[in-house]
Amino acid sequence: VSLVGAFAASHAPGITGRPMLPPASESEPVLRGYAELRARLEVARPDVLVVVSPEHWANFFLDHMPSFCIGLADAFWGPTDEEFVKIPRRRVQGAARHARALAEGIAEDVDLSSSEELALDHGVMVPLHLLGTTLPVIPVIVNCLAGLPAPLHRCHALGVALRRTVDRWPERVVVLGTGGLSHWPAMPESGRINRDFDQRFLDAFVEGRIEAFLRYPRELLEAEAGPGGHEIRTWITVAAAAGEGHGSVLSYQPVPAWSTGCAVASLDPR
Amino acid sequence: VSLYQVQKLLFDVNRDERARARFLAEREHLVGDYELSVDERRAILEADFHTLYRMGVHSLLLGPLAATLGLSFPDYLALLRETKP
Repeated sequence: VSLVGAFAASHAPGITGRPMLPPASESEPVLRGYAELRARLEVARPDVLVVVSPEHWANFFLDHMPSFCIGLADAFWGPTDEEFVKIPRRRVQGAARHARALAEGIAEDVDLSSSEELALDHGVMVPLHLLGTTLPVIPVIVNCLAGLPAPLHRCHALGVALRRTVDRWPERVVVLGTGGLSHWPAMPESGRINRDFDQRFLDAFVEGRIEAFLRYPRELLEAEAGPGGHEIRTWITVAAAAGEGHGSVLSYQPVPAWSTGCAVASLDPR
Repeated sequence: VSLYQVQKLLFDVNRDERARARFLAEREHLVGDYELSVDERRAILEADFHTLYRMGVHSLLLGPLAATLGLSFPDYLALLRETKP
């Protein structure tokens, strides 16, 4: 198989932007989880990293808000929100030829838009920074934000199409989904975290039972996991790409000062 | 209802350097480019986060604006949470 890893992790800007705000007993498990993921990424030796990340008003507004958008450029710049995440802006190597092939493959089953100029925000840059990687990146931005986010089962279809496409390639590919889990970002409720929801979702994610969440009602998702809970879309895409393969949670830690239940997980593609 | 225009202004300020410079230097001219109600115009001119949030502005448009104005994240949250008469 050419999919050699299927990872997902929270991308809370506080991890790099406000590292000292939470107690060490909360921040250390998150950093340990990322260190373990970094080790797994090194073992996987991918040629290309597909990063599935939510839109946070970095690229799109309500005048044009795509459900899914793939970045076709040779290079990208990020983070857009450097004063917030405290990561120096840098050029991120793209993988234009593979990105176009991936876009064309996915488009056989799932409509998506494409961009020659995606801006990368904390959703991509915090994970890349913590993983210490300079691999070529194909960003796939998912609307988890506003307008008409794709229903959860369509995010699953995106992952299936992604997997079907990269399975034709000789190159080694890792897919990394970022975001979540439950959070109420930059809202008065910031710091609220629903451990029960997060645990149920993680159990389904690593046990190959993601279909249990594909028809989760929008209102219920938002009530239980907050507006930030819509970011489980990227995790669903990863689970689908992994063929519902099983895996493990490398760390889960609610961190109110970073406004989210921080999770890091890895699946074995099936 | 011009919530769309309020949010568009904030998106522009967050993502466009020229709009951000105008927001910081000549806010009263910048607001003229958008179709805002009197209350919306006032909330933007005063950077009244509490009111903007209550109007329905998306929180992830407000957070970056707070950073632009030099507000710490805890101070920003305190503004959202304050109780007003």
